[in-house]
Amino acid sequence: MLCATSRLLAARAASALPAHPRGRGPVPRSRRRELHFPGHPELPPGDLLAGRFAGPSVSTGRRAILRRGRMPPAAGGGLAGSELRPRRGRCGSQAARAAGRDVATETATARSPKRPAPPSSRRFEAAGRWALLALVTLTSFATRFHRLDQPPHICWDETHFGKMGSYYINRTFFFDVHPPLGKMLIGLAGYLSGYDGTFLFQKPGDNYEHHSYMGMRGFCAFLGSMLIPLAYLTVLELSRSLPAALLTAALLTFDTGCLTLSQYILLDPILMFFIMAAMLSMVKYNSCANRPFSAPWWFWLSLTGVNLAGALGVKFVGLFIILQVGWNTLSDLWHLFGDLSLSMVTLGKHLTARILCLIVLPLALYIATYAVHFMVLNKSGPGDGFFSSAFQARLSGNNLHNASIPEHLAYGSVITVKNLRMAIGYLHSHRHFYPEGVGARQQQVTTYLHKDYNNLWIIKKHNSNSDPLDPSHPVEFVRHGDIIRLEHKETSRNLHSHYHEAPLTRKHYQVTGYGINGSGDSNDFWRIEVINRKFGNRIKVLRSRIRLIHLVTGCVLGSSGKVLPKWGWEQLEVTCTPYLKETLSSIWNVEDHINPKLPNISLEVLQPSFPEIMLESHLVMIRGNNGLKPKDNEFTSKPWHWPINFQGLRFSGVNDTDFRVYLLGNPVIWWLNLLSIALYVLSASIFAVAVQRGVHLPVKVEGLSQVLLRGGGQLLFGWMMHYFPFFLMGRVLYFHHYFPAMLFSSMLTGLLWDTLLRLCAWSLASYPLARCVHVLGILTLLLGTAYSFYLFHPLAYGMVGPLAQDPRSPMAGLRWLESWDF
Amino acid sequence: MGRRSSRRELFLCFSRASSSPGLLFCKMLGFLQHPVMVTAEVNLNMVALTAMGLLSRLWQLAYPRAVVFDEVYYGQYISFYMKRIFFLDGSGPPFGHMLLALGGYLGGFDGNFLWNRIGAEYSSNVPVWSLRLLPALSGALSVPMAYEIVRELGFSHCAATGAALLVLIENALITQSRLMLLESVLIFFNLLAVLSYLKFSNSQKHRPFSPRWWFWLVLTGVACSCAVGTGLGPPSPGWGDVPSVLWQVRVLCHLLARAAALVVLPILVYLLFFYIHLLLLYRSGPHDQIMSSAFQASLEGGLARVTQGQPLEVAFGSQVTLKNVFGQPVPCWLHSHQSTYPMIYENGRGSSHQQQVTCYPFKDVNNWWIVKDPGRHQLVVNNPPRPVRHGDVVQLLVHGMTTRLLNTHDVAAPLSPHAQEVSCYVDYNISMPPQNLWRLDIVNRESDTDVWKTILSEVRFVHVNTSAILKLSGVPLPDWGFRQLEVVGEKLFRGYHESTVWNVEEHRYGRSQEQKERELELHSPTQVDISRNLSFMARFSELQWRMLTVRSDDSEHKYSSTPLDWVMLDTNIAYWLHPRTSAQIHLLGNVVIWASASLATLAYALLFVWYLLRRRRRVCDLPEDCWLRWVLAGALCAGGWAVNYLPFFLMEKTLFLYHYLPALTFQILLLPVVLEHVSDHLAPCTHSVWSCWVGCKTAKKRQGRAGSSRPRQGPVLLRGRWWTQPGPLLLT
Repeated sequence: MLCATSRLLAARAASALPAHPRGRGPVPRSRRRELHFPGHPELPPGDLLAGRFAGPSVSTGRRAILRRGRMPPAAGGGLAGSELRPRRGRCGSQAARAAGRDVATETATARSPKRPAPPSSRRFEAAGRWALLALVTLTSFATRFHRLDQPPHICWDETHFGKMGSYYINRTFFFDVHPPLGKMLIGLAGYLSGYDGTFLFQKPGDNYEHHSYMGMRGFCAFLGSMLIPLAYLTVLELSRSLPAALLTAALLTFDTGCLTLSQYILLDPILMFFIMAAMLSMVKYNSCANRPFSAPWWFWLSLTGVNLAGALGVKFVGLFIILQVGWNTLSDLWHLFGDLSLSMVTLGKHLTARILCLIVLPLALYIATYAVHFMVLNKSGPGDGFFSSAFQARLSGNNLHNASIPEHLAYGSVITVKNLRMAIGYLHSHRHFYPEGVGARQQQVTTYLHKDYNNLWIIKKHNSNSDPLDPSHPVEFVRHGDIIRLEHKETSRNLHSHYHEAPLTRKHYQVTGYGINGSGDSNDFWRIEVINRKFGNRIKVLRSRIRLIHLVTGCVLGSSGKVLPKWGWEQLEVTCTPYLKETLSSIWNVEDHINPKLPNISLEVLQPSFPEIMLESHLVMIRGNNGLKPKDNEFTSKPWHWPINFQGLRFSGVNDTDFRVYLLGNPVIWWLNLLSIALYVLSASIFAVAVQRGVHLPVKVEGLSQVLLRGGGQLLFGWMMHYFPFFLMGRVLYFHHYFPAMLFSSMLTGLLWDTLLRLCAWSLASYPLARCVHVLGILTLLLGTAYSFYLFHPLAYGMVGPLAQDPRSPMAGLRWLESWDF
Repeated sequence: MGRRSSRRELFLCFSRASSSPGLLFCKMLGFLQHPVMVTAEVNLNMVALTAMGLLSRLWQLAYPRAVVFDEVYYGQYISFYMKRIFFLDGSGPPFGHMLLALGGYLGGFDGNFLWNRIGAEYSSNVPVWSLRLLPALSGALSVPMAYEIVRELGFSHCAATGAALLVLIENALITQSRLMLLESVLIFFNLLAVLSYLKFSNSQKHRPFSPRWWFWLVLTGVACSCAVGTGLGPPSPGWGDVPSVLWQVRVLCHLLARAAALVVLPILVYLLFFYIHLLLLYRSGPHDQIMSSAFQASLEGGLARVTQGQPLEVAFGSQVTLKNVFGQPVPCWLHSHQSTYPMIYENGRGSSHQQQVTCYPFKDVNNWWIVKDPGRHQLVVNNPPRPVRHGDVVQLLVHGMTTRLLNTHDVAAPLSPHAQEVSCYVDYNISMPPQNLWRLDIVNRESDTDVWKTILSEVRFVHVNTSAILKLSGVPLPDWGFRQLEVVGEKLFRGYHESTVWNVEEHRYGRSQEQKERELELHSPTQVDISRNLSFMARFSELQWRMLTVRSDDSEHKYSSTPLDWVMLDTNIAYWLHPRTSAQIHLLGNVVIWASASLATLAYALLFVWYLLRRRRRVCDLPEDCWLRWVLAGALCAGGWAVNYLPFFLMEKTLFLYHYLPALTFQILLLPVVLEHVSDHLAPCTHSVWSCWVGCKTAKKRQGRAGSSRPRQGPVLLRGRWWTQPGPLLLT
């Protein structure tokens, strides 16, 4: 169905593109192909320096040179293949490529007589390309899988994510501030590799012993290794230059930070994989922009959507790549919109396609991961307390599961009242008075996290003390706006408040238990209100969010969340707040409910629907994330530390004798990246000014400047998107948050240095010398990074022995910054 | 008031004539021959608007003669200025406070008033009228400026008058202007910056580099820094037209002129505010504790009184107190006392049972330490004193009163178990040897042979045996530690952090050999002599840094609100209530203006997107100049609104309705612009609607005044406000 429509759309689109002569000779390029290097038919012979895609149609003179061309041995891995064809003949930069598949075949036949290059040579080049890709992938896998089993104990955050993987295997419910996809994948990998979920993952340093952990580590390392081919292909697509791509791959392969981060059971390799995959598919789909609605176009567009869902499903920082793709799509649509040759119908199709693939599809996948998450985790576990009572009723093993209680509150009901804020607990009182000097010497009222008889309260009418459970009385339901009295069941004192300051929060009023056997005074009267309901409505167990407003003083019953001193048994303070804000700490819900006169209903009826579960879990996650505030005096990593590689993270081991792993970027690479960003901004602004002033650049330089401005611009934008938002974040930050940004900055480095070297080479007159400069430059960079990796590899692969201050240490002399701690 | 005189022609004639003296003379004669003519054009609209603005803002200004809402907050700073006492206010740079204080100065206020409670009656020495005058004046002048801005944007007199009228009768603006508060000053400078920018860019078209051009350019820069200096209202005039200036040689001149006027000048003016601020406030006061010792010592009184006459260089045998540089959660000094760590903690871990070392936020005789040379037994300073240098190993710090040595060892600290316990060594004969050698690391040294200086040097103490660093963990100890703050030996983290850095605050050379004498010596005050001064830039940068980092306790407030409440006016603030008559002042906007201004912004955004999309398809609904005007109006007004409003979503401090007023002013300016545009281009028949709106606003004026100036007897219930206000307006 989809296929049929797409073909139909494609055919229409093709007819709507009158400007495209199909595959004959040099053609004018369509304006909105932004991202690739517009090849020029009349390229000068100097273009040979290293493989670059040919323009859409290659002149005979150029072709002759192509055959001469050889890659520099280091750059090309000893393989010929200076001439790169668009892979598999699709997604090339040719405007001439027609939209539909049928048209494409026609094009191919039309072009074939004009392409005299011998098929063997082409096959050879293709083979070279594939071999190079394979080589890059192999190196990356080799570095990532080398000594993967070391150390055989828990490192750093493995204690969290490994534990969460185990929870999935055991199907126990837990709570985490990140979305579930990453941990689900880890759990799946563990499950498939025979891990049984019995290891406790208690604290870093615990030995794995006989438990199988390699499956989970291997899975993360696999995704971490895939980063490098992805980056390679992205840069290749953006710059059309093999050396640039190769340099990028080398930077990432030889970075100790990426390597370390890929070797453990963490969310980061999974997140980075999805980010890079989304980036690659976005770049690919941009290249297909000249053939909208063709099969590859749909493929890459929907793949972008899938990867976006993956990135967001692993961590919320996946939002940044979504913003980047969104921005790219918007500017793309803006360009299409400005193209007057396109009809509004075509534009509508474009818009619909993007909405479908980039909004609807990812959203559906994202929701699907949650559906799986809630389906798999159906047993009560450590995360229960974070969620509302109604939610807990879903989990088997929880005492609310399969319980049956009366649905609506009535006078005479015995209830427990739970605060809606996380980890506050139930309204509680006990036979102890507030001590001398803390308000009135009346019975304490607190909140308490555990279930207890002292949490039980009886709802009574404010004006009569008759027993409502007397069978002669009719059942009378409590309604929104009623004036009630809450009597503590064990001590028969009423919930009471008055104008005394609360024990800890001085601006609030004290709440006490008062009266004898249920008879008190008018300060015991509370108005019960349901949030967002009309007056006169009944109050539902679990579902209704209620407030208790003190009738005399007008304040609201709430918990400040502060811990009382010893006299209050370190339970939490309950106050009556005069500020009428709707905060969660002053909202309660009824959890247990006992009333023999009412029929019990099963709690299943009250269970929240799936959208409600989604909403609630997101609220809890956001609150949890905001709750991760740095404490006073804690050493926290600041965003400005990251790009300068100021300080690493200790993954394992402290002392001389321990097996130590230290997450730290390879300083050579990181500082090169930093330099490159500055250089990029400089050179790009020079080019931008030149373009603005209408300077006529030579064709060759013009092409390079396009690569620099467009391809590099996207990478720089990616870096900024993944880095700068951290400056605004209030939560605790860690060094590893920088790594997605670091991927982008490495790609930028690869692209920039290749382009700069080409520019250098171009400015030299003599052709062999120019080639030499380029080859030498790339070689130096490659060898330099490799050598620095040789120096710093113990950081990632682990080291034993004296610390770096000691001259006998393998890292002696390499502690270039005092803040590095290995 | 557009008043043009023939003087300008004269000026031109002079400037042209100045090239040759003869010609000049000739012209002089011409000047004698003709009569002197002055023609003046007075825009009565503006005069009327200004007069009405003044009337509405100044009438009965001294009523009520009691502290109204945030006057209690700003008033204390005015008093500090009057008494020349140093203070630190994290809410913003000091220009606004200084303006308020200027009012007090002009009114002869002596600063003697206790600003402790809202509603307190002012005593007779408080010049209420002159204190409230400057905010009221700036509020009044905003009215004609609104008129001018809309005119300069290229819209009609009708629209301009409408905008000014809306600003005039907006009761939230009136209320806010009539009290000693800063929002009206901020709004004034915001508008001034926009206006002068517009004047500047309009004169750019005709005559760049004319005096008029320079004047407005410079005024833009000054107004920007005044706005920033008042509160953090970001100025909105942008760099919009800079790239569009023609690429010529003159571009460089243009760039330089703009850089000078819009970058260098505002920075200088900003620095000037601080210069005056620090010049005025030279006495020590209640906020000293937040600042570094060096800063405190530069103020008169306070620490300076204590530290004057101290020897500069710390020598072996010196008696010192050590203050932690970080100062979080409270500033404190390294401290020890007779009590020991409990043998077993509550959680079952054991301790060394040696003498406690803590950080104590009060001055105390137990804060004194003696720097001892490990090689010698004496605790006095030699003659001549032998200074301690960077890298020296000191047997640090014998505690003065108990003469025990500062020690750390591989025992977990009481509350931060990953770090080492720090104690004063007690020898229990249990094979736990003393490890009391510390290496001195001067952080802010200039060379490796630098000497440890009182107050100025920031030092770290690195333990020789374990290379742990003496650090304040900031956790309050339980009752056994008297709730003082925990001090630990940090061994994991060796990078720089302020909590590991200490500086000597009080210092004297120890003279007495005997313990009894020494105790007497420690109890006696240090002598008084010279003072050490910091440079202005050092003081400025420290003050600026502390202002940005000082954390206000996030107290909840009855009238605090969130930015989302502001747009639809879902909140209000009761400013003042007369204790007997129940007359009251509320900050409450005119809901019609707020709603219609928000609608106008929305309409602008929709229209803008619509036009933009149409232009992209080469359909031009508007003539080019009209389109440019439309874009500029939006960039300044809608942009000003966004820039003044959206950042509040990122702020974590307590927010109030009045924070929205600067943004609202820009939004109000947009309303007549949108209406005129609609009536001109979209539907010519909407003229009647426009007049309807104006009539409606004037009717609202009655209500606007009610809240601010006229006291009402008995409880006030503003009828007709029920549709946005869920809470009770009734105060009893």
